[in-house]
Amino acid sequence: MKPVSFVRQVLAVCLYPELLKDNQLPLDVRQRAQRLLQACDGDSVGEDWKKVVVKLLAGVEGEIQTGVLTPTPGPHTLPKLLDECGVTMVPYQLMEDQGWALDLDDLHRALMVARGHCNPRAIYISNPGNPTGHVQDRKSIEEVIQFAAAERLLLLVDEVYQESVHGQGREFISYKKVLFEMGKEYSETVEMVSFHSVSSASFGECGLRAGYMEVVNMDPEVMHYVETLLCTNICAPVTGQLALDLMANPPKPGDSSYDTYTQELVLIRTTLSQNARRAQEFLNDLPGMSCQSAMGGIYLYPRLHLPSEIIEQAKKSEVEPDVLYCQRLLEGEGVLVGAGCQYGEKTGKHHLRLCTLVPPDTLDEVLARLGSFHLRLMSGTTSA
Amino acid sequence: MSQQAVNGVQSRGKVLTLDNMNPNVKQVYYAVRGPIVQRAVQIEKELKEGVKKPFTEVIKANIGDAHAMGQKPVTFLRQVLALCSYPELLEDTKFPEDAKKRARRILEACGGHSIGAYSASQGIECIRQDVARYIEKRDGGISSDPDNIFLSTGASDAIVTMLKLLVCGEGRDRTGVMISIPQYPLYSAALADLGAVQINYYLDEDKCWGLDVTELKRSLNAARQHCNPRVLCIINPGNPTGQVQSRQCIEDVIRFAKEEHLFLMADEVYQDNVYAEGCEFHSFKKVLFEMGPEYSNTVEMASFHSTSKCYMGECGFRGGYMEIINMDPEVKAQLIKLVSVRLCPPVPGQALLDLVVNPPQPDEPSYATFMKERTAVLAALAEKAKITEQIFNTVPGITCNPVQGAMYTFPRITLPQKAIDKAKAEGQAPDMLYCMRLLEEEGICLVPGSGFGQREGTFHFRMTILPPTEKLKIVLQKISAFHLRFTQEFS
Repeated sequence: MKPVSFVRQVLAVCLYPELLKDNQLPLDVRQRAQRLLQACDGDSVGEDWKKVVVKLLAGVEGEIQTGVLTPTPGPHTLPKLLDECGVTMVPYQLMEDQGWALDLDDLHRALMVARGHCNPRAIYISNPGNPTGHVQDRKSIEEVIQFAAAERLLLLVDEVYQESVHGQGREFISYKKVLFEMGKEYSETVEMVSFHSVSSASFGECGLRAGYMEVVNMDPEVMHYVETLLCTNICAPVTGQLALDLMANPPKPGDSSYDTYTQELVLIRTTLSQNARRAQEFLNDLPGMSCQSAMGGIYLYPRLHLPSEIIEQAKKSEVEPDVLYCQRLLEGEGVLVGAGCQYGEKTGKHHLRLCTLVPPDTLDEVLARLGSFHLRLMSGTTSA
Repeated sequence: MSQQAVNGVQSRGKVLTLDNMNPNVKQVYYAVRGPIVQRAVQIEKELKEGVKKPFTEVIKANIGDAHAMGQKPVTFLRQVLALCSYPELLEDTKFPEDAKKRARRILEACGGHSIGAYSASQGIECIRQDVARYIEKRDGGISSDPDNIFLSTGASDAIVTMLKLLVCGEGRDRTGVMISIPQYPLYSAALADLGAVQINYYLDEDKCWGLDVTELKRSLNAARQHCNPRVLCIINPGNPTGQVQSRQCIEDVIRFAKEEHLFLMADEVYQDNVYAEGCEFHSFKKVLFEMGPEYSNTVEMASFHSTSKCYMGECGFRGGYMEIINMDPEVKAQLIKLVSVRLCPPVPGQALLDLVVNPPQPDEPSYATFMKERTAVLAALAEKAKITEQIFNTVPGITCNPVQGAMYTFPRITLPQKAIDKAKAEGQAPDMLYCMRLLEEEGICLVPGSGFGQREGTFHFRMTILPPTEKLKIVLQKISAFHLRFTQEFS
């Protein structure tokens, strides 16, 4: 996908201020770069935001570990991150047949089980979900907030895909907004940290490594340590911070770049939404595969209903069946997708994670190859 | 349903408080951005709001941030970075061919030809190759394997990653890590965070902050009583002290590490910042290999470099790398896994690093300007190092070792007993009291020596030599005058 012109133009000027004199660059680009250059001395948020907050929650070694409730399926880097911080992962299962919605009963179950062997203190939410693409409705968000409040859990809300919502009739509502609309009883007490990033916004600037977190109701004495921990990282890369500012503060109607900027974003969003729909329909139609619609995010997470021979072969090779599937797909068709077991699935169900934020031609190619591979596999014509 | 849920939300204390947060984090201090800097930022806000003070600006000589103190970026570096950010500029005739060539090469190595794409977790391959070639050239041809190069988010990231790998064990078996006193507080902060045991070895102030193997031995033997020492960290050129270790010293340290079975971590981010006559940077790797296979095949080591210092000063880009030597292959696999969690170092920083290790050559159009700018920066630093030492040494009560390298001076200050007593009564380190006063009276922000570690009963401050020469002279005079006043007031 192409980077957004406005963002890259401003970055280029910030990097090489000689370009401030370049009349070929739009005026608003040069003005914005000028302003940002003047501001380059400010405070900042470190990039390892998740680690900073999780670290604070970790307990003393040797004593009962802190637990964090985490979604299954969920982001694949989460288990390693929690492990690194010495924190126990407490998985809660999302409901596949309800479009991967949260199950309040399962939250309670997970919590009860966890209390036996760790000290659960936080709950991690991914909304829109990674890898599921589920976008929570207001009621679900309220239930989670009430649950967190009642069970004294810190809310860690990963909202990095908030700009990628394409489901019909579904809108992204931030946890913070819902929290504050629930009245003082909640908005003044529930402790929450929400996260956003330039990697997953429409910009897709993963390589710049920047994001932000907003902290709500945290004990001010603890906040001091958040700042201390962030200091040792010095700062988030400045190029990333600049991109973040542009994300939060895009061209307005009347600015020279407004039209181009808006067109480019609309193109990215419609591509994503059309891709998601097209791919979901195609995959869902394949025998031995079922795929929930993604309401948001940049992935699809179809379920594989594999024949028993494949499951046997996987057992013999000592890998998970979905890993075997992905290995064969890679070798046979040159297509790389994620295996469901990486995202926490341990229930004997198998899934794939596929990225839909790609040019439409690429997606067509991927679907063609994946479809052909899958059909061969299902009809038993793919050899071990 | 839990009892709490049935009762609904009650007004109890917070879930996350000082009492129930990670206790290790409470031991983390980073003096370079600690309370004195917070006060400095506050004063800046007050100045902006029009509050009258004895000065019109705060001079932040606390952190090695060259650009923030007015150092200009190197043209060639910024041209290539601009081209990488907005490749349409490749059509622009304003940019020289050698800049375009490098930009194209970097973009080609990036996913989708964009610096916005994630890179491989270990860093972009062709850049690692360039880094390996740079190291080979620097070290007189000793080979460097690109697979042993890990690009990182500044050197800090790589240092913390290595420490994470090294720290293990419980109680008396807990890993001990040797660091110099004075040290750069990233190390003490990381060790506190990891719950590792910090083992202090003292640099000798009377011998220009030299390192003595006898002191290393003393410190190690004492430490063996209560922990399992496994790592030796050394910063060369030193921070905050600026000493440039002699070749002999480096050999001694390597020999010591081998004898005592220690993992060496060599922080060499200031390797281009060497000013004093008779001083030369010797990379730990080069010396190791020149000591023969008995050492070069066995001593395990990681050396670190960064784009934040030297002549570039590009702190904000967060570029850096580490080279690992003789690491157990199974541990290396774990390292690769560990770095994958953070996905990748910032790509603009990787691109910048590529230019640092692959600068314009004599036959290229940008060479002349590049060399002029590079030389100017390093020459200015050398001059400022000398002026600083000279001026401070004229002040009774301030003793300043020669600033052989890096970007700082760490002079020793004699404080009157009354001042020491006052500080202690207020629960403050005496040099913190001194620095806070200096900040309030003159608007100059330094970091007290207590933030870096110092021998008991001695006091220091760390000041950067980064302000432009004329401003630096004024700063030096103001500090000198302040010192005399302070001494007078508390006598």
